Amino acid sequence: MAELLRFATAGSVDDGKSTLIGRLLYDSKAIFEDQLEAVEATSASRGDEYTNLALLTDGLRAEREQGITIDVAYRYFATPKRKFIIADTPGHIQYTRNMVTGCSTADLALVLVDARHGLVEQSRRHAFLASLLRVPHLVLCVNKMDLVDYDQKIFDDICDEFRSFASKLDVNDLTFVPISALNGDNVVHRSENMPWYEGTSLLHHLENVFIASDRNLIDARFPVQYVLRPMQNAHHDYRGYAGTVVGGVLKPGDDVVVLPSGFTSTIASIDTADGPVDEAFPPMSVSVRLSSEIDISRGDMICRPANQPNVGQDIDAMVCWMSEASSLTPGAKIGIKHTTRSARALVKNLHYRLDVNTLHRENEINALALNEIGRVTLRTTVPLFFDDYRRNRETGSFILIDEATNATVGAGMILGPTQA
Amino acid sequence: MDYELSHLATLEAESIHIFREVAAEFERPVLLYSGGKDSVVMLHLALKAFAPCSLPFPVMHVDTGHNFPEVIEYRDAAVVRAGARLVVASVEESIRKGRVVEETGPRASRNRLQTTTLLDAIEEHRFDAAFGGGRRDEEKARAKERVFSFRDEFGQWDPKNQRPELWSLYNGRHKQGEHIRAFPLSNWTELDIWQYIAAENIELPTIYYAHRREVFKRDGMWLAVGPYVTVMEGEVPVEMTVRYRTVGDASCTGAVESTATTVEEVIEEVAATRITERGATRADDRATEAAMEDRKKEGYF
Repeated sequence: MAELLRFATAGSVDDGKSTLIGRLLYDSKAIFEDQLEAVEATSASRGDEYTNLALLTDGLRAEREQGITIDVAYRYFATPKRKFIIADTPGHIQYTRNMVTGCSTADLALVLVDARHGLVEQSRRHAFLASLLRVPHLVLCVNKMDLVDYDQKIFDDICDEFRSFASKLDVNDLTFVPISALNGDNVVHRSENMPWYEGTSLLHHLENVFIASDRNLIDARFPVQYVLRPMQNAHHDYRGYAGTVVGGVLKPGDDVVVLPSGFTSTIASIDTADGPVDEAFPPMSVSVRLSSEIDISRGDMICRPANQPNVGQDIDAMVCWMSEASSLTPGAKIGIKHTTRSARALVKNLHYRLDVNTLHRENEINALALNEIGRVTLRTTVPLFFDDYRRNRETGSFILIDEATNATVGAGMILGPTQA
Repeated sequence: MDYELSHLATLEAESIHIFREVAAEFERPVLLYSGGKDSVVMLHLALKAFAPCSLPFPVMHVDTGHNFPEVIEYRDAAVVRAGARLVVASVEESIRKGRVVEETGPRASRNRLQTTTLLDAIEEHRFDAAFGGGRRDEEKARAKERVFSFRDEFGQWDPKNQRPELWSLYNGRHKQGEHIRAFPLSNWTELDIWQYIAAENIELPTIYYAHRREVFKRDGMWLAVGPYVTVMEGEVPVEMTVRYRTVGDASCTGAVESTATTVEEVIEEVAATRITERGATRADDRATEAAMEDRKKEGYF
């Protein structure tokens, strides 16, 4: 059975992103005739010169009226090799929030540039956000090659410029593909118009990029989500700790320690509704039984005695602020959700704001506003069990919640415990 | 051991995570259940999420009264098998109480009336979370919906003001009277659902498979002749071999011509089809281009 690849796309309408997505969906038969007919009819009635494939994803009234994309749209397609989930994020300047959201679950980020314009501010920003969110694979698609006569030099220059920019970022795997989304060059099949290009088509890359090793299979981490205690005679003594494995591999017989109590035990069995399993690894949802009775509840963490996460209340993190209605200020108290733990946090310090275009640090600021990213120190009401975000995206991330409105107002990536 | 999961196993794990997250964070969740294939898969996943415990929440059918008898029969048997508690919220009763007014004319449907019945039931039972089987691939308004979708005290959805949803961190906080719709199947496609039904050997109502039925053509759809549909002049009933791709109110759900009698044959058909399931079979979505968004804003499923 095919595996799943989640990727985020970024770029503006002008970069041909919608055309590219439309082509991937259409060529893999994920666009249906009735959808295409509806889009064609709308395009025609609006007097568009060509069928506007953006209308496939921009389904909300407000988006159609204003001709803009206001939110992350999820699209699905499959080939015999893989199943794909696209988080299609609008490229417009005020929507850093959407790119951060789309990248948070992505295995791969696809950044588009227009071959005629080369790298622009937005391309750099998209690449930076993908690296900040630790998206393991980055693909730069140089689009509209047909409009620059499929010129190799133009492509090479853009790649060189991007490589030099990317060297300042945390990018592990970088791939360049020259394409024409409109004509289909190098999208599904290798193009005959660019014999100088030695790489594979974009779809071939998406189908084959190796993602299995992107997960952390070393540090066993099991946040307890829900305690299963059947009130039935048949399972009288059953007590299973249900949750999703977010790191490492768990096996029956493993010695474990439970945080925050510090009690140790052994895994008696790992259960699923289909029966016990020999191993559990990310992102499996299982139920763990221990050999001894310990008091464990939601929000606790099961891990290995010799490999424990940080346990602490003082955390340094990069935060992306996502609220229009408020800003993040030192001294503020705010709700926090990290793994299966909810708590409150005090913003002890706001160190700097990062300019997402220049990567320049602006010190001496007193607030983070919508779409701004900065480094903060938080103090939480209870200890959290965390890893650095670069080591584990699940135990290294959190969201911030406004306690008055209950809105999600921030996304955090943990740098580590606060250094005294 | 390569530590890789198939796409179905990955989707199943994500759905189970969502079920458990809701059960852990909410006081009174409910699983919306129609007997349609998506809700059948939902119940299957919910049982797996809490095994060996029984379901920690009831299931609720918003019953328009315009049902396919095969589906009601299936529903009752499935609920017993699952050991679940069934709540029926009746549109007919909403009409009797004067909460809604029945549409008239040959094209009358109770589709839109369901919203009031659903919201009344959520209020009456003080449900704070309702699991729905909606999928993002179904419809463009749904493509932008969150897994935890916030509803205000009027049950309204505000698509322009949704909570950002990152990683697998779902924000279920709400005030009294507000609720969350949770969509564990958000990332599944129609084909995934069918492949899962095959892989897990899940029984479905018989109308999902090809059978003989008296139907007539309206607006390019095959509607079944029955007590809830008035055949208009010029519409000629014929007997054909059909099956249903979706199951909704009998007055607005169309059948498709099909000879697929097994789940494998249905998968072949779904993989080859070029029309979305809602486009092919749901008059309720055809009203306007934003029909789904408009109904969802009011509090529809």
